Amino acid sequence: MTTTVPQRVSKNIHPHKFVMWVAMGGIIMMFAGLTSAYIVKKNQSSWLQFDLPIEFYYSTAVIVISSISMFLSAKAIKAGKFSQYKIMISITAMLGIIFILLQYLGFKDLQARNIAIVGPKSNSAASFLFVITFLHMMHVLGGVIALLVFWVKAIRSSVEKSSLMSVEVMGTYWHFVGVLWIYLFLFYNWIG
Amino acid sequence: MSNEAVLHAHSGAHDGHEDHSHEHHHQSFISKYVFSQDHKMIAKQFLITGMVWAVLGGFMSVLFRLQLGYPDANFPWLETILGKWAKGGHISPEAYYALVTTHGTVLVFFVLTAGLSGTFANFLIPLQIGARDMASPFMNMLSYWFFFAASIVMLSSIFVETGPFSGGWTAYPPLSALGDASPGSKSGMDLWIVSMALFVVSSLLGGLNYIATILNMRTKGMSMTRLPLTIWALFFTAVLGVLSFPVLFSGFILLIFDRNFGTSFYLSDIFINGVGALPNEGGSAILYQHLFWFLGHPEVYIILLPAMGMVSEILSVNSRKPIFGYMAMIGSLFAIAILAFLVWAHHMFVTGLNPFLGSVFVLLTLLIAVPSAIKVFNWLTTLWKGNIRFTPGMLFAIGFVSLFISGGLTGIWLGNSALDIHLHDTYFVIAHFHIVMGVASMFGMFAGIYHWFPKMYGRFMNNTLAYIHFWVTFAGAYMIFWPMHYEGLAGMPRRYYDYSIWESFKQFQDLNQFISLVAMIVFAVQFLFLFNFFYSIFKGRKVTTMNPWEANTLEWTAPIHPGHGNWPGEIPEVYRWAYDYGKDGVDFIPQTTPVGADESVEH
Ligand code: HEM
Ligand SMILES: [Cu+2]
Repeated sequence: MTTTVPQRVSKNIHPHKFVMWVAMGGIIMMFAGLTSAYIVKKNQSSWLQFDLPIEFYYSTAVIVISSISMFLSAKAIKAGKFSQYKIMISITAMLGIIFILLQYLGFKDLQARNIAIVGPKSNSAASFLFVITFLHMMHVLGGVIALLVFWVKAIRSSVEKSSLMSVEVMGTYWHFVGVLWIYLFLFYNWIG
Repeated sequence: MSNEAVLHAHSGAHDGHEDHSHEHHHQSFISKYVFSQDHKMIAKQFLITGMVWAVLGGFMSVLFRLQLGYPDANFPWLETILGKWAKGGHISPEAYYALVTTHGTVLVFFVLTAGLSGTFANFLIPLQIGARDMASPFMNMLSYWFFFAASIVMLSSIFVETGPFSGGWTAYPPLSALGDASPGSKSGMDLWIVSMALFVVSSLLGGLNYIATILNMRTKGMSMTRLPLTIWALFFTAVLGVLSFPVLFSGFILLIFDRNFGTSFYLSDIFINGVGALPNEGGSAILYQHLFWFLGHPEVYIILLPAMGMVSEILSVNSRKPIFGYMAMIGSLFAIAILAFLVWAHHMFVTGLNPFLGSVFVLLTLLIAVPSAIKVFNWLTTLWKGNIRFTPGMLFAIGFVSLFISGGLTGIWLGNSALDIHLHDTYFVIAHFHIVMGVASMFGMFAGIYHWFPKMYGRFMNNTLAYIHFWVTFAGAYMIFWPMHYEGLAGMPRRYYDYSIWESFKQFQDLNQFISLVAMIVFAVQFLFLFNFFYSIFKGRKVTTMNPWEANTLEWTAPIHPGHGNWPGEIPEVYRWAYDYGKDGVDFIPQTTPVGADESVEH
């Protein structure tokens, strides 16, 4: 308001990148809502105790590794090493798919142990685990689809400079879903 | 510059053009009026869709007010339009509940959220911050079309065999989770939830864009503290939406699982007449209330804040005075936005909430009175000794302040958990939120439309019709909702089908009739507005100067009919805040005027 001070306009962050950050805030709120509901519900009657499927431990490792390969692909494109970028981005997408499969196997594991996740015999403990994990899977799936688009773009045409920014946005999202899973994993283990 | 980059990202054809006004392009009808990515066109799409819903939702209230005002009368024409829902010209209980529910849902979400934020965030943000368009015009277009899809689904729910959802706009389980609980809980509820899910997506896409645009795309010199208050209000609105709608969404997902996949998040072993006991175990319906109201309370501010912002701007322009306490206005918006997340349980005082927890929520709830009072004080002091121009926009803005005071005061009653035991779910609550949110935000919307109509369509609306519209609506709103306080204090519950059979509420029969009568008159008067609006688009008096209200903000430096890109040539640069009215004896100094050498520093 003081009319004499020279004013700077912030132009240092690209709007698309910024949109991603705000969207992540929204996604965090969604999972915060679900995990708080989980806690509320847990403190009420008839809460089933059971061990997490072993597959979830593997999937945690997979998503951590995929974050590394995502990081390397962003680094490669920055350094202009396009062939390395192509390899790394496809590895990331593959790991994402493996993650989703492992989560699916985790649900199978629960069923094999006679823990119903939906239906009249289900207990909210398992249903919550399923719904929250499933929603997270959907977010990973969205990321995988985006990664595949990047991959197809990379093999179809030479990688232009402008895509650097979108790879960075992609990376932000990918690390985010990774961190989100780690949060959920820790939550299930220690709080849930 | 990101501004240019964004506008060009979606239109490769523009490469090499120096002139960004785009007016010279011949767009097809489809890309100009239907799948438009121009924020001004999208704003109009939101506005007109919102108006359609306002008419439908308003008409629903007329129908159920007929039942409340004339519980014994028969209206054969009702059967003509409602068919089996009004056999013998008498609205059935199922139809009554369906009408009340759809009225609430539609007005809260489709009219006062999408119709209000959607219209004015889209229209004003780029124009007032000096941007060519939104951060992502494509997402912006998607936002509208998701809203449109939500509208179609909601509309279709009115026509299904078992009728639309009828368990109240808050959609509490078990009515919302059990298909067998009522006719409206069947496919009507499925459509309701699909529609609302689409609506949430629309709001999120819109909100993300508004935030990114405000923070990143301001023109040179437009620091945050030079923004008009409209933009600040729309900014906080978007933040509230982006942080609270996902929580509602998670509540809906659990609801979908309970409805369709037999889980027990909200459902327990309830006994249903004719069906028997449910197999579910241990679910908690209160859990839904927490998730719902965590959105629900911010939602009421999502509805109110845009109106507050526009009113601040319109009051200042038409008082020819700077807004009083600009920084305090921003601070109170901020405080309201924070508190909005901390008070949701005041809707749940009587759910068996722990009284000690309740008292924390009482404290936090009553704290909202502080920023609210700051705003009211600043509006009144802005008016004080102003050189007031009573334009229709200004009248509605003043009406807003009046309604906000009246409705806010009853909030302080309800915020006390002890009083709320008596007042909860009575007509007192109905009166409170219709005045403070429903009518007040409608007034904000009307103020915005009358004020920015010249910018939207390059023509003026008719003043005489506008004055009639204002006075009848203003007086009518008080006549409708003020008496409801007395009914509520006497214990008259909300959501009953027929009060005349209750000994304690029989006494209100005449009053209810009076309310219904006024409601019909007020509804009818809105058609004056609609006529005025559509007639003026084509036949209104033409705007001949760029700045008809002599205002300071940037939208009035754009051409009378701005093209896609808003300004031909360069975007104007900003040198001062938006409220230099009457400074150093000059009536108004637009934001684009550089600071003179001998100009006083303080404003
Ligand atoms: C001083 C400020 C306010 C306070 C202390 C306050 C307090 C309350 C309380 C305690 C209730 C729950 C009453 C009950 O159900 O028993 C309530 C209901 C409501 N309030 Fe407010 N309020 C305030 C301002 C507002 C504003 C500004 C808005 C909207 C813009 C608003 C919108 C609503 C709505 C929509 C409901 C009812 C929802 C429903 O049950 O259907 N309130 N208010
Ligand atoms: Cu509230």
